[in-house]
Amino acid sequence: MDFGSLFGQTIEQAFGPLAIVYCLAAIGLNVHFGYTGLLNFGQAAFMAVGGYAMASFVQTWGLSMWLGMLVGIGLTIVLALLLGIPTLRLRADYLAIVTIAAAEALRQTVGSVTLLEYFGGQDGRQGNFAREFRDLNPFDEGLTIGPVSWSANVFWVMVVGWALVALCCLIVWALMRSPWGRVLKAIREDEDAARSLGKNVYSYKMQSLIIGGIFGAFAGFIYGLSKNAVIPTDYATDTTFFAYTVLLVGGAARVFGPVVGAILFWGLISALSVFFTQATRSDLIPDSIMSNDQASLMRFIVLGLALMLLMIFRPQGIFGDRKELAIDGR
Amino acid sequence: MAAETSPPVSRAAAMFEGVPHEPGAKKPDPIVVADGVKRTFGGLVAVDVQHVEIQRGAITALIGPNGAGKTTFFNLLTCFDHADEGRWSFNGTDLTKMSASRVAKTGMIRTFQLTKVLAKLTVIENMRVGAAGQSGERLWKAMFPMFWRAEERANTEKADELLKRFLLDKKREDFAGSLSGGQRKLLEMARALMADPELVMLDEPMAGVNPALKQSLLGHVKSLREEGRTVLFVEHDMDMVRDISDWVIVMAQGQIVAEGPPDSVMSDQRVIDAYLGAHHDTELTFEAEEKILAEAEAELDELAAERGADIATEGEPDE
Repeated sequence: MDFGSLFGQTIEQAFGPLAIVYCLAAIGLNVHFGYTGLLNFGQAAFMAVGGYAMASFVQTWGLSMWLGMLVGIGLTIVLALLLGIPTLRLRADYLAIVTIAAAEALRQTVGSVTLLEYFGGQDGRQGNFAREFRDLNPFDEGLTIGPVSWSANVFWVMVVGWALVALCCLIVWALMRSPWGRVLKAIREDEDAARSLGKNVYSYKMQSLIIGGIFGAFAGFIYGLSKNAVIPTDYATDTTFFAYTVLLVGGAARVFGPVVGAILFWGLISALSVFFTQATRSDLIPDSIMSNDQASLMRFIVLGLALMLLMIFRPQGIFGDRKELAIDGR
Repeated sequence: MAAETSPPVSRAAAMFEGVPHEPGAKKPDPIVVADGVKRTFGGLVAVDVQHVEIQRGAITALIGPNGAGKTTFFNLLTCFDHADEGRWSFNGTDLTKMSASRVAKTGMIRTFQLTKVLAKLTVIENMRVGAAGQSGERLWKAMFPMFWRAEERANTEKADELLKRFLLDKKREDFAGSLSGGQRKLLEMARALMADPELVMLDEPMAGVNPALKQSLLGHVKSLREEGRTVLFVEHDMDMVRDISDWVIVMAQGQIVAEGPPDSVMSDQRVIDAYLGAHHDTELTFEAEEKILAEAEAELDELAAERGADIATEGEPDE
């Protein structure tokens, strides 16, 4: 058992680009679900719109990546409006159904053969569309501290990514301490009460959906830039559910919940993966109990167990306030 | 208002002088006027109000048996529900097709029969939400406190005053969800006042409130009238209705069946039959209760005897 590499890989993943992607997606969901009570199960769609707009602009149309990002944000707003206009007047469950369906529809559409020349079908957009971003990289070498090491490109994505996370956290903090944020929380608690006090619930929900969606698009940008690829399977429904997990681990309606949640989630997943792979390989766990192939699935089983325990013993997440959870809403 | 020396109750009574005691009576200065308001749920006509006016500056009670359509009518007036037909206006503004939030902005704020506090917000935050026209509630200003800090301070001061008045100042920092049922009623009423409404609509403010708190709630409602606000409330507690209302509107089966000052309405035979019951204003002593019970038993025996005779005749073969 090589504890050095176990520790190294865990830290690499916990602070790596993937953790940033899920952190940003979860910050968006925090605005939707944590503060406004909107059950958006289609965060992957917002991420896909961001990622695909950026990648296709460069690779399909040969335009600037930065323009692609701007258009991506614009399209995210359009998507939020399209999803919100028919559903935000209805009960919350309808938004959940519509968003999960829309996310899948969008993924199937960009992955379709018909649109192959624009979005690359199931292969997505791969190639060097992140060139403009990588050209800006001021780091010649990556970062290596003991067993932990990131390449120059990954480190550049991490610097930009964590800066973006900090900016998003700042925005969420500034918004949620304001009277605007208070109205969102009021809507989460009781829509009719907010309405009876003269708040235009529909408009606030739409604003929340758009802002959270834009954070989702940011996640899509970082995802695309870190892999230099945008692939339909990256935006499947489990992406959204992982983001929800990250949010609930950290604690919903807390500014730093998604940050801590993402670091813990990816650290844990990576640690479990490395542990079981090494344990089966070095015969710490004999083949009769678990083969090397099965080991890679063990991380999800143990992670699921860990989540169950968390929900039982600390249902409010890391940052949550148990008292708040004990309150019966009605 | 200060110039007047007469006590408020008689002033309110004077308001209704010359108003006929009949359904749909015209008031001298109506704040709400509704015409032909109808709402059906499938085949059931929940509300069918021909004409009703609510007098400005008075406390009007809306009473009636369960299922009479009082709360539905409330929901229609505040646009929480959509009417099938009819028009209604508040201060001359037509509200018929308005959204509930805009209705609230025009100065007509309601509370709910099942109290709606914002459970995971503190009491003071609940109060602050109630304030109307906050510039910090706009997205582009929300991020920058310099636009709304002064306003927030003023709102907080006002909220603290109201909390003191409603005896909730000790609960200021507690979650609203931790309050008792009666305290929630108080909070909801106080929160409604944050917006300085002209018309306060209370849906069963006394339901589930203990007697001591009831007294202070009564005082609060009366003080609203003294501040020049109009109050319309739905209530089953006849003591409260008799004590504080200047005018009573009785609904039954979706329609308005009687109107008038509390005393005259409560002695109206139709109202007694439909709603109050014959013994509504006599306090029952043990003897009287026994007597009623004995009478009822005698009646039952009589019925049973008749039944017995009926069964006996049924046995005969000629039918």
